[in-house]
Amino acid sequence: MTVTAPQIEEQEIHPDVALVELARAGDQAAFEKLVRQYDRQIFRTAQHITQNREDAEDITQDVFLKAYRKLDQFQGNSKFSTWLTRIAVNESLMRLRKRKTSRTVSMDQDVQTEEGSIPRDFADWSPNPEQNFTQSELSEILKKTIAGLAPGFRTVFTLRDIENLSTEETAEALGLSVPAVKSRLLRARLQLRERLSRYLKKNEGLTS
Amino acid sequence: MTCTEFLAKMTDFFDGHVEPTLLSEIKTHLGECHHCEVVVSTTRQTIEIYRDNEVYELPTNVRERTISSIMARCKEGC
Repeated sequence: MTVTAPQIEEQEIHPDVALVELARAGDQAAFEKLVRQYDRQIFRTAQHITQNREDAEDITQDVFLKAYRKLDQFQGNSKFSTWLTRIAVNESLMRLRKRKTSRTVSMDQDVQTEEGSIPRDFADWSPNPEQNFTQSELSEILKKTIAGLAPGFRTVFTLRDIENLSTEETAEALGLSVPAVKSRLLRARLQLRERLSRYLKKNEGLTS
Repeated sequence: MTCTEFLAKMTDFFDGHVEPTLLSEIKTHLGECHHCEVVVSTTRQTIEIYRDNEVYELPTNVRERTISSIMARCKEGC
């Protein structure tokens, strides 16, 4: 048996961890720094999941209040932002369930469908297709397109591709396995591509 | 490599997580298959468009109101 000497922990402390320590000790300015660092990301995540602005604003507030109350439970094993995101996802799904009392809402809803898992549209896009639209037209197209995805797909796409979390962080935030995240990400990307193609493919403008 | 086999590896390919041998097979396939080449380029564009255009912005006044409310409740012990 080989006995290895205990490794001396010389890892650099993430600035968030230092702020969390200060906040735990009652430094509210430190907590406000954390709020200002992540409030927009939490708001976007909540709005992508709930598709409702008022809910997203309420959730943003609830996430930070819950985080403040539970700061002692943050172990530092994951990034603070991933820990916050996990709270935001849970709060958002709860909010969706409240709104849609007749339907079960979960990360697994509608993800079993095969819809959009095989590409069908092979038309190429213009080099900068977004230039064919005004900013507000493009924004509407992007909102409408992502809103059409099942929550389990749009949440994975939001965290991985919009908020730039790693596959592992996304898996942790959603309580999913890494292979499940990869599978959902592929299908989310393919479905969005297929739907956007209606607007962005060459020689075609806004279609009804 | 078939199109189905390529699709199964597309996420790893985008993340740069494929072994050199597999990467070479993928590049050969993309050189021969126009459909998969289009799927790759338009999927990349899909990701870039969403990254470059923030769909949901938190207006400054709402943001400041939300932060003030959070901090006021924290001061009261939530």
